[in-house]
Amino acid sequence: MKKITLAHGSGGTLMHDLIKDLFLKHLDNPFLNRLGDSALIDTRKKKIAYTTDSFVVNPIFFPGGDIGKLAVCGTVNDLAVCGARPQYLSCGMIVEEGFDYTDLEKITLSIKAACRQSGVNIVTGDFKVVEKGAADKIFINTSGVGEVFEKAHLSISRIRPGDKIIVSGPIGDHGAAVLLARGELKFRSRLLSDCAPLSGLISSIICRDIKFMRDPTRGGLATTLNEISLASGYNISIDESCIPVRGPVMALCEILGLDPLYMANEGRVILIVSSGSASRILSRMRRHTLGRASRIIGEVERRRTKRVYLKTMVGGARILDMLMGEQLPRIC
Amino acid sequence: MKYIDEFRDNKIAKHLSRAIFDRARPLKSVNLMEVCGTHTMSICKFGIRRLLPENINLISGPGCPVCVTPKAYIDTAVEFSRLPGIIVGTFGDMMRVPGSYSSLTEERSKGRSVKVVYSALDAVEIAEKNPGKKCVFLGIGFETTSPTVAASLLYAKKKRLKNFFVYPGHKVIMPAMKALVEDGEVNIHGFLCPAHVSAIIGTIPYGIITEKYKIPCVIAGFEPIDILQGILMLVGQIGSKHSKVENQYKRVVKRSGNKKALDLMARVFSVEDSEWRGIGMIPKSGLTLSKAYARFNARNAFSLPHIKTRPDKGCICGSVLKGVNTPLDCRLFGRTCTPEKPIGACMVSSEGTCAAYYQMRP
Repeated sequence: MKKITLAHGSGGTLMHDLIKDLFLKHLDNPFLNRLGDSALIDTRKKKIAYTTDSFVVNPIFFPGGDIGKLAVCGTVNDLAVCGARPQYLSCGMIVEEGFDYTDLEKITLSIKAACRQSGVNIVTGDFKVVEKGAADKIFINTSGVGEVFEKAHLSISRIRPGDKIIVSGPIGDHGAAVLLARGELKFRSRLLSDCAPLSGLISSIICRDIKFMRDPTRGGLATTLNEISLASGYNISIDESCIPVRGPVMALCEILGLDPLYMANEGRVILIVSSGSASRILSRMRRHTLGRASRIIGEVERRRTKRVYLKTMVGGARILDMLMGEQLPRIC
Repeated sequence: MKYIDEFRDNKIAKHLSRAIFDRARPLKSVNLMEVCGTHTMSICKFGIRRLLPENINLISGPGCPVCVTPKAYIDTAVEFSRLPGIIVGTFGDMMRVPGSYSSLTEERSKGRSVKVVYSALDAVEIAEKNPGKKCVFLGIGFETTSPTVAASLLYAKKKRLKNFFVYPGHKVIMPAMKALVEDGEVNIHGFLCPAHVSAIIGTIPYGIITEKYKIPCVIAGFEPIDILQGILMLVGQIGSKHSKVENQYKRVVKRSGNKKALDLMARVFSVEDSEWRGIGMIPKSGLTLSKAYARFNARNAFSLPHIKTRPDKGCICGSVLKGVNTPLDCRLFGRTCTPEKPIGACMVSSEGTCAAYYQMRP
């Protein structure tokens, strides 16, 4: 089987062949094809969102996605939740010597598919190979820019008591799918990661009544809501019985003593919207494939102790804190 | 039955909560101790205190295995991880517990081989896959976990594994409950007895608490409806001045317990006096490996440097574990001692009383 060697990253003919036969072949677009040291982008004085993210997921292939899809979706989603239409992405890869060529091709193809789905191009890139053991298989960094929609007025300072909190679908799928894919637990499940580009869903609903958006990735829903509460100063209360969680995710969490509220998501968005517009935005979200299971899960409260409260399904209540350390399995 | 939703039903919970309010109305202040850490956690997770009248105080007992494991045990576990060629296998909860000078998390970040496992059998597997290394499993927990460790030792013996060891720190619950009652410092009106421990030991052992000490005992499951019903049964007994062992968790707990597990434990373990963090020595409250399994005992197999265990300054975990104080009485609570930077063990484990109280702070 063809392997990636240190020479593939050395700048010589092997590297040029790799760029031509793999990356340009699949990620072809006029910006990238120029192979300049930078991509030249005309922004015409528009407001631009700009972000970067690195991807080190283990395992690199998991049900519902792989590190390539994740690398595109992660950056696309960071742009989209800022009210931007993602357009141009950079992609830097660090690959461990001995990596399978076919795996690299699979990853490149899923980068291609995710780019197509979210309407972006990889316009510049970098490829490095390091000695065996100096990296774990493959790490990817992507940066992205996108034009901010004129209709977008997103700011945490616009959040007011009474605003509603919407989540775009079941939570915890990604965290649970990756955990299962590690194979240490010997459970079998058909659960897929929720990894998906949110740009389509968001561009279909973007309007002034949306005050803030964030994608609840690491740390999950609970941590994201705590960040919002801390930054806005207002308490937030959510209703456990309204939060969508799939059966397999719930079951896995019950067995391992984990909490789905802290599990990572890669294709979900949390919205804070004015209370009057909530049902209208919700019904628009439900028209989009990625927003079918959207729910209003709670609201912003008047009190300003910067806490997030969970109304439990049996009618009790508790503070929902940020994630502390890693989620660890309990013993009894 | 769909899943566990039936035991989290909002309407039934409200109904039980109302019944508890009614029955508790004529009573003065009632102290109920939930012995098991999983109860503590469930009470916190589902916000059950909000469903109870003010004259019912829930006191968390000594049933969180991580919390009652003495500091000297952690110090020794840290020393094991520092020995060359050793892999320490542990349940996740133990990772962050602070010892005198270090924790297992700290040691792992320094490159020592510390692996989180989900069961003792996973640790045996690690030993099998790494014949050139020695795997030391940290055996802590109550009767719920000790049969599984016993099973792993049985397997290790059958396979003639020479590189699997258990560092025994197991505890049994009854001597601790008796010690608490006899201590007299705590005023307990009723015990909410552990669910899974009782699945192993059965209902009979609690008889001594209800007969000799006249304190009502109710074994309850871990779901919110179980807990509320258990509390209702306890309040009922207290109101009618009865003290008997009642079993709310009949769907799992049988009167004579799990004979197979008890036999297994009797083969592999023998009873010893054991130190409980914050409480002190309790006679016959711990399990070590029996003679037939002594060669798997990590305590005998390795020589470690002498470690001087440093006492916790200002930490009142001991009296919190006994139910004498609440975490709010501790001057470290929420200030220098938080779940992020725990000082006492009760803050480390999510089952710990302090961690549970931290979630309830105003």
